[in-house]
Amino acid sequence: MDTSPDSSPDSLDNLIATAKSEIAACTELARLNDLRVELLGKKGKITAQLKQLGKLPHEQRKTVGAEINRAKQDLQSDINARQQVLEAAALQAKLVAEKVDITLPGRGASAGGLHPVTQTLQRIETLFSRMGFSIAEGPEIEDDFHNFEALNISETHPARAMHDTFYFDAHTLLRTHTSPVQVRIMETDPPPLRIIAPGRVYRCDSDLTHTPMFHQVEGLLVDEAISFAQLKGIINDFLHVFFEREDLAVRFRPSYFPFTEPSAEVDIQCVMCSGKGCKVCKQSGWLEVLGCGMVHPKVFDSVGIDNEKYTGFAFGMGVERLAMLRYQVDDLRLFFENDLRFLKQF
Amino acid sequence: MKFSEQWLRTWVNPAIDTAALVEQLTMAGLEVDGVEPVASDFSQILVGEVLEINPHPDAKKLQICKVNVNADEALQIVCGAANVHVGMRAPTAVVGAQLPGFNIKQAKLRGVESFGMLCSASELGLEEQSSGLLALPADAPIGQDIREYLQLDDVAIEVDLTPNRSDCLSLLGIAREVDALNRCGLNIPDIMPIPATTDKTFPLDIQQPQACPHYVGRVISGIQAQAVTPLWMQERLRRSGLRSLSPVVDVTNYVMLELGQPMHAFDLAKLSGGIQVRNANANEKLTLLDGQELKLNADTLVIADNNKVLALAGVMGGEGSGVADETTDIFLESAFFTPEQLAGCARAYGLHTDSSHRFERGVDPELQATAIERATALLLKIVGGEAGPLIEATQAEALPELKPISLRASRIKRVLGAEISAEDIEQALTRLGLAVVAEENGQQWQVTPTSFRFDIRLEADLIEEIARIYGYNQLPSEMINIHAEIEPPPSNLNLQQLQQVLVQRGYQEAITYSFIDPKLQAQFTPQHSPIALANPLASDLSVMRTSLWPGLIQAFLRNQKRQQADVRLFETGLRFIYDNEQKLQQQPMLAAVISGSVWPEQWGAPSQAVDFFDLKGDVENLLHTAGITAEFVPSTHPALHPGQAAKLMFEGESLGEIGALHPQLAKQLDIDVPVYVFELALEPLLANKLPVFQALSKFPSIRRDLALLVDKDQVAADIINCIKQNAGELLSKLELFDIYQGEGIDSQKKSLALGLTFRASSRNLTEAEVEPVIEQVLQHLQQDFDASLRF
Repeated sequence: MDTSPDSSPDSLDNLIATAKSEIAACTELARLNDLRVELLGKKGKITAQLKQLGKLPHEQRKTVGAEINRAKQDLQSDINARQQVLEAAALQAKLVAEKVDITLPGRGASAGGLHPVTQTLQRIETLFSRMGFSIAEGPEIEDDFHNFEALNISETHPARAMHDTFYFDAHTLLRTHTSPVQVRIMETDPPPLRIIAPGRVYRCDSDLTHTPMFHQVEGLLVDEAISFAQLKGIINDFLHVFFEREDLAVRFRPSYFPFTEPSAEVDIQCVMCSGKGCKVCKQSGWLEVLGCGMVHPKVFDSVGIDNEKYTGFAFGMGVERLAMLRYQVDDLRLFFENDLRFLKQF
Repeated sequence: MKFSEQWLRTWVNPAIDTAALVEQLTMAGLEVDGVEPVASDFSQILVGEVLEINPHPDAKKLQICKVNVNADEALQIVCGAANVHVGMRAPTAVVGAQLPGFNIKQAKLRGVESFGMLCSASELGLEEQSSGLLALPADAPIGQDIREYLQLDDVAIEVDLTPNRSDCLSLLGIAREVDALNRCGLNIPDIMPIPATTDKTFPLDIQQPQACPHYVGRVISGIQAQAVTPLWMQERLRRSGLRSLSPVVDVTNYVMLELGQPMHAFDLAKLSGGIQVRNANANEKLTLLDGQELKLNADTLVIADNNKVLALAGVMGGEGSGVADETTDIFLESAFFTPEQLAGCARAYGLHTDSSHRFERGVDPELQATAIERATALLLKIVGGEAGPLIEATQAEALPELKPISLRASRIKRVLGAEISAEDIEQALTRLGLAVVAEENGQQWQVTPTSFRFDIRLEADLIEEIARIYGYNQLPSEMINIHAEIEPPPSNLNLQQLQQVLVQRGYQEAITYSFIDPKLQAQFTPQHSPIALANPLASDLSVMRTSLWPGLIQAFLRNQKRQQADVRLFETGLRFIYDNEQKLQQQPMLAAVISGSVWPEQWGAPSQAVDFFDLKGDVENLLHTAGITAEFVPSTHPALHPGQAAKLMFEGESLGEIGALHPQLAKQLDIDVPVYVFELALEPLLANKLPVFQALSKFPSIRRDLALLVDKDQVAADIINCIKQNAGELLSKLELFDIYQGEGIDSQKKSLALGLTFRASSRNLTEAEVEPVIEQVLQHLQQDFDASLRF
């Protein structure tokens, strides 16, 4: 330190030295704050020194004052530095103290879920909605006319026997398919029509592969220039997107439905074995997933749509079948047991 | 329809292998269900002749045979079959022969050397079970490989036919399809009329010509009914899934398989007077060939003689009039019964036969005479006899009409979206048996339908045939140009959003049957009478649900039985109830059941059982999402606890119910834990009111808390409504934040703690303004509910 004409150099030096060691030794932020007040506060020791300046001869005031101010700044910076150290340590201690076992499970209830059949239905609805189809609904307790007659299934038609219908009386029944919805829509709305009709359907049948209630989605498109080629296009597209497989092989096989002509059954390459043959596809490599065809002229006649002006196609698919394939469920009956261990998987 | 490939190939023989043929049939709409070899995979089994039989010294049931298989010397074979006899020709597996699962080696049987095995039909895989050796005809060439002799390198192809393709319930129909697909030509045996060698006839009286527009009969006399059906015919029948019974029956079955005409042979000696085709008299009886006795309905068409019913027309013959071993004269029937007549007839008696299957779907009405000629020719060859003249009755007006159909090239293109050549069109239709005449420069055709296709009556039907033969997979696939319009959604809220509310609150969606046990229905909703099924699958699935609760409760019970105690399930779907005007309503509902713990068992939350308010909170969330403020009104419901049941009221209408399952009902259902349920009508929830914005106040609020002492049975909603009504517009929020009963207050009272928040939209509110409002509220509470402030 410079030799200076300080009136009491020793006492200032002592003060500084003592203060510095006290600051360095300080381990608590509160104590450090007290020290700041003791040294630099209004009534603090350094402030007291400054107040003594007036008593010094004029010529000494400047140098002594400068010295005291330097000391003040020096201590201030020591305190700040010490404060940073103590704050960092305090933070560190807090972090350690507050550590939790993040592997413990989160609090509260877990979310539930929608039934796999509903999820499949919603997927089908979403895909067709994107193609501009709107969703239609119809009654589940139907009359004979909408479920059969209007669909060209006369009373003596062999297809009636295949339908295993639940009846309430001679003319009232549980719908055996969602096709009556297309009749109801065609009765009320003029073409062009573009709808899908999802819903519950019922057949008097119960075994390993049949439940008396299941779900279908019916589709109907009626316009002035609708062809079988377009039906193929839309079904191909749908199946590829639904199963998320670009290379999924799809084939159209002639079949028979009284309400479409020509009629087709659509097979996809078995998604379980990729067509090699397995239990699910009965070794054939193919899975039947959908029925479709061009709307039969007699159906248009029964709802008063001009066969020469309009053509249309309709298709229908079993939702459980698609859900089973998509989620690889191997027992249809699980869908209606509502076992939580099953439902929670989807 | 099941048939032998070999047999088919004698009629139509395209240059493609079995796999390709099968694929082709499937892709033409004749879906192949199975392809089975007609015999096991075996080798070195030869035709052998038993020359000599000697008893086995040490075994009673075994015999030592000398068998000639045209080798250097006769083989010694030990055999245990009972029907072995000298001179018999039987399949003989020689040493080195391979059979499924074992090989033939030289062996000692009870000490006697054996150099082969005499085989039964089952050992060759010709039938499931055999009793004894397969006896071969006396002219079977000794030493010939049995595979070659019986032509066993063949498959039986089974096609699953759609109901419109009755024409393919015959080899003829299948052959016609194969020809149309391959254009390879048909080689159908010539069927010539058999000249009568006797003039024996039998009277015919068709009383129901509408139901039986065509009937052909013939008497064949002096037959040998005990003759043996030739092996080739037995084999073809077997490969088609039919058992050989007797030569006469075998021939009628054979012609049915060949041409599609079901036939029946009566023992003429057992008929009296003449044949009548008439309706049964009510309660008339008939014992069928299989011994079953039927009581007939008056509208059932029967074949009868002058005294009795002989057969169920087109379904099955009767026991008393069939051909037996002693039969010498037969009356052969080849008739056309209309599909309309036969529809449901067999089913009504619980029957289904090869004959009824064909008649229901349609037998060619022009086939009867051809079929009877074919059968006659075969019978004369096998059982001998003298054929009488054909006896025929026709009602032409009742036969299906075959009007020419106009087929337009433009329509084909429009419907299929494909260009198909005139050549392809004409080839396809002609080969399918349709008469095609081109018109308008080949832009149109007149097509005459054929009697054997009941499904070709319209232009669309012809287009399907063209597409089928052309190949669906060969037809183009194209995308639709859709005129895009924005379709307004039916509502601002959809069902999925409501479902998500429950899903986020821990619910799983259930799907339960719409039909339930009537007992459950009555237990849950005795106020509704259900609509019942006439033909339920089971009594516990026999009425339509009038509430979704029974199904959900059953799902809950099933889970509980499987040790899943914490249950939150919901379902959406229709309930079926009669409204006040006795009109059936199919009403979409949303219902749920909860039971068990509020939280799944976990470290971070206390274990607590669910109660009414857990469920109510969920319902309130649903209502909030739907934008509905409904009132919960105490109510009673047969299925609910009287002290924990509420009706939800919205704009004067009931939205539904919520509550605890009635303890008594719970007991009846073996439920010993609290269960809570709600059910809401979906339509009002989905109507969703659009929210209207209200300006936000920039000014601070003032909160005042009130602790009110009220009667312990006082409903909170009344207090809240009273405050809302009397606090005026300044009240912006009202919360019930505590309820207290117990120490420190009168045991007949409870304390409700309410927080009232006041705010003005355009100015700073002062305590002085709030004070009189509070005073007024307290005054009304005092007046109406005897409520006082608790200090």
